[in-house]
Amino acid sequence: MPESVVVDVNVNGVAYQREIEPRLLLVEFLREEIGLTGTHIGCDTSYCGACTVTLNGRLVKSCTCLAVQADGGEVCTVEGLEQNGELHPLQEAFSEHHGLQCGYCTPGMLMASKSLLEENPSPSREEIRKGIAGNLCRCTGYVNIIKAIDAAAVKMQGV
Amino acid sequence: MRYETPETTRDAAALLAAEKGEAYILAGGTDLLVRMKAGLLEPDLLVDIKQVPAMNGIQQTAAGFRIGAAVPAVELGEHRALGRTWPGVVEAAKLIGSDQVQGRCTIAGNLCNASPAADTVPALMAAGAKAVVVGPERRRTVPVEKLPRGPGTMALAKSEVVEAILLPQRPAKSGDAYLRFIPRTEMDIAVVGAAVNLTLERGVVKTARIALGAVAPTAVLVPRAARAIIGTRLDDAALEKMAAACSAACNPIDDKRGTIAYRVKVAGVLARRAACIAYERAGGKR
Repeated sequence: MPESVVVDVNVNGVAYQREIEPRLLLVEFLREEIGLTGTHIGCDTSYCGACTVTLNGRLVKSCTCLAVQADGGEVCTVEGLEQNGELHPLQEAFSEHHGLQCGYCTPGMLMASKSLLEENPSPSREEIRKGIAGNLCRCTGYVNIIKAIDAAAVKMQGV
Repeated sequence: MRYETPETTRDAAALLAAEKGEAYILAGGTDLLVRMKAGLLEPDLLVDIKQVPAMNGIQQTAAGFRIGAAVPAVELGEHRALGRTWPGVVEAAKLIGSDQVQGRCTIAGNLCNASPAADTVPALMAAGAKAVVVGPERRRTVPVEKLPRGPGTMALAKSEVVEAILLPQRPAKSGDAYLRFIPRTEMDIAVVGAAVNLTLERGVVKTARIALGAVAPTAVLVPRAARAIIGTRLDDAALEKMAAACSAACNPIDDKRGTIAYRVKVAGVLARRAACIAYERAGGKR
């Protein structure tokens, strides 16, 4: 029997306690233990960034982080972007500017770009490209993704 | 698999010493977890060092800087004094993976993973960095260049843990720089990396250390290349000689990222560019 451990993780403001195997990945915890399937598993090798979430305010690839490492921590996933039925400006901009095709990379793109805009509220196109360099879009829809992030930045600055 | 979170470095070392099966230190996990998922490793014990106070935080001391082994790369970029003093080391840390990876990965982990292509290792070697190594019985301080033995192997006993990386204080008129070449700008592994650290006296290079990555079984210091620029104002002839010494020190592999001939050539080119940046950072004008 593998040893199990109890973890307490706050996800999008909600406290969860689960008994898990220590080698359970954070992304598996999110998807299978608490049923938040917005975070996608893409490459499973930390390359593609589809599983990007924030842990204690820092971007992480949740396929390359154990759930036990998030014990006592705060995780924000794509499900946490929408507030009181209102889409986040980034979500609106992705919709408006066709920043997604198949949508598989979108949760990771949204989390990475949210973190980028928190650090740098009015990034240049070049800085946006660098900000999402850890995220791959297999549809190669980067042009509209960058447009969407740019538009969201302008909108968020204006508020 | 057992998962432990010791609160002292000595306890971490004791856990490693007592484990009969495969035991690994978990710092950021950005290499370890990928290898576990690929089925390359099947640990019986993971020792997570993030709860060890002595392994967290960056301290500025009279001797220089002490960077805890659990400090993620992103914190190096946020430490202003460190960035001013060792810009080359910080730029190397900021080249690892992407933002997501830098939020987790550590320079001690980058060292202990013992990849020949690790980005921070040449920069640390050039900087004259040392590692604080703790075992159950004793602690020792080891120059970084003495630790990697070959791909994936380190000159560490089974029960030894790296607690921190030490960067020395440095005189005025000093600069360092790290450059790497990869096919894309992020999330790739160095084809070649080159680090140069130097101190000037009236515009003349007084001391220098040069290290290369991804061109040999470990990152390597190249003393001959450093000697080629010491005593010069980094004129073209000195740079030429230094680049040739770098190329001569290469013993790379052929792989999908680059051929042997290509790596040998690029090592000289990158070292030359890195030297010019370090020289300028030290206040020199060519």
